[in-house]
Amino acid sequence: MKISVNDLHFAYPNGVEVLRELSFEISSGERVAIIGQNGAGKSTLVKHFNGLLKPSRGFVTIGDWDTQSHTVAQMAQRVGFLFQNPDEQIFKRRVFDEVAFGPSNLGLSPEEIERHVSAALSRVGLSDMREMHPYDLLPARRKLVALASVLAMETPILVLDEPTIGQDGRGLARLGALIDDLTQQGKTIITISHDMDFCAEHFERIMVMKQGRMLIDGATHDVFARFELLAEAFLEPPQMTRLGRALGLPETVTTVNEFLGAYAKTREPRH
Amino acid sequence: MIQLDHVTYTYPQAKHPALSDISLEITESSLVAIVGPSGAGKSSLCALLAGFIPHHFHGILQGRALVHGQDIANTPLAELVTHVGYVFQNPFTQLSGAKLTTREEIAFGLENLGVPRLEMAERVDRVIELFSLRDIANRSPYEISGGEMQRVALASIFVMKPRVLVLDEPTAQLDPLGARQVFEAIRTLTNTQSVTVIIVEDKTEWIATFADRVITLHEGRVVLDGSPDAVLTSPLLAEIGIRVSHYTQAARAASRHRLWPSELALPTTLDKAIDGFKRARKKYENLG
Ligand SMILES: Nc1ncnc2c1ncn2[C@@H]1O[C@H](COP(=O)(O)OP(=O)(O)OP(=O)(O)O)[C@@H](O)[C@H]1O
Ligand SMILES: Nc1ncnc2c1ncn2[C@@H]1O[C@H](COP(=O)(O)OP(=O)(O)O)[C@@H](O)[C@H]1O
Ligand SMILES: [Mg+2]
Ligand SMILES: [Mg+2]
Repeated sequence: MKISVNDLHFAYPNGVEVLRELSFEISSGERVAIIGQNGAGKSTLVKHFNGLLKPSRGFVTIGDWDTQSHTVAQMAQRVGFLFQNPDEQIFKRRVFDEVAFGPSNLGLSPEEIERHVSAALSRVGLSDMREMHPYDLLPARRKLVALASVLAMETPILVLDEPTIGQDGRGLARLGALIDDLTQQGKTIITISHDMDFCAEHFERIMVMKQGRMLIDGATHDVFARFELLAEAFLEPPQMTRLGRALGLPETVTTVNEFLGAYAKTREPRH
Repeated sequence: MIQLDHVTYTYPQAKHPALSDISLEITESSLVAIVGPSGAGKSSLCALLAGFIPHHFHGILQGRALVHGQDIANTPLAELVTHVGYVFQNPFTQLSGAKLTTREEIAFGLENLGVPRLEMAERVDRVIELFSLRDIANRSPYEISGGEMQRVALASIFVMKPRVLVLDEPTAQLDPLGARQVFEAIRTLTNTQSVTVIIVEDKTEWIATFADRVITLHEGRVVLDGSPDAVLTSPLLAEIGIRVSHYTQAARAASRHRLWPSELALPTTLDKAIDGFKRARKKYENLG
């Protein structure tokens, strides 16, 4: 299901224009990371994908639906949305009820709901926590509860606003594997993150926002190779990209494995 | 100075202690990073140092915890907050809910202390500059981005000039430059104002560059305590589920294929990684 953004402009009620002249498409099955400074407009942009915010000018379509003429409840059938702050999202007293809320609104049978919820909780590693009160969980776990409620909707598109916040090494690895797995299933994943190393490992396309505009939009390697332009957005390339460049590797590397491969090659005997 | 002597703490109704038999001393003017997997007790340690344990969270506290010679358990929270600044893990909970603009929000603590208007304005301006908040100074603290809110939370504590700063994941929502600026700012405070900083953080590159010492918590206990290089390259980190930087990961993998100089410690920063991989290459060329 394609996302199309056409000459999108947006201003909050206080009048500040936050998004300007955005036009792009995201095809079905793409893995896109959105990066940029605090206040660049990343969260504001993605809230247009599920109709939480409506354009001041221009339009956003999800498949054949214009977000302007569909409710947030309708959009939720196509776009799953993880909030930057999970506490904005969680309002039930039991983990199970929280995760079951979306599927029950879709009118699924109790058996189907049970199946969706169990699958979602097991994917985020919280199967043991279904009877707990979400507020008795650590913040990193609460984020995973919110993520499970997104997964339980089984939407073709998932938007994750800073899912890596507060996750430890294990949580990060689990999240990465989950994203890879969802891609295998043909889902479209759009993630916001300040963790460039994580973006490099799991995303094929990077969008760089600066002050409400799109500064760069391209393949991960091409975007992270542009040191000067990234610096303009006050960003730095991933650790491996910086290391590879400093060592004079012939190609741009972004992940640990790419770095090791390229580095080993420079040491092969020359004939 | 901060001194913990066999501290064990259990939240009300909890089955296991969140902090178990912790003894440590933190000297004045030092910058100490706390790392550990989720649930290790990092936030609980922060809450203790700031006096929220036992004054706000009751439960059972054993052992002794002193800040500047004062026993935390016997010192009223109102007194502790005047010299220990505490930035919560969730910036949203830090907001007073009483103010209409971020500037007023940042000034709130000083206002309560009755600081003269002119001095207050100067101090507030300084932190607004420090955390790049000028554009949103006159906006509602609830109508800003997540990272901006985290900057406001930091600014509202920095402006109080506490002698001890306890920061619980203060850069989690900051952009890369913002995270570096926070570290630069706290390093300046420890170096020039003798402030002591305890910071929970997972960005190993910045810890390695700026911290004096790293304490690793696991299941409520201190499992590693030492220099950033020693702690951050320990194989224990990955085992207990702590983030390991790509520099360290790459060098560790390389060392298995003899692509990293065996005499060199694993790197935690870009400079050290460049140095090691260059040396490895030179060695190889000399052999060839
Ligand atoms: N509810 C709101 N009302 C008015 N302005 C807002 C509101 N939320 C955000 N803004 C402003 O809109 C701009 C973009 O905010 P947004 O939350 O989209 O940023 P972001 O790129 O997600 O930043 P971060 O990395 O800090 O999360 C910022 O200048 C912010 O101050
Ligand atoms: N307010 C609380 N009430 C009861 N238990 C808590 C509370 N806060 C944390 N805990 C428990 O204490 C332990 C340590 O948590 P915490 O200090 O928040 O860890 P960290 O910050 O390292 O993720 C966990 O087992 C957690 O469930
Ligand atoms: Mg955001
Ligand atoms: Mg914590």
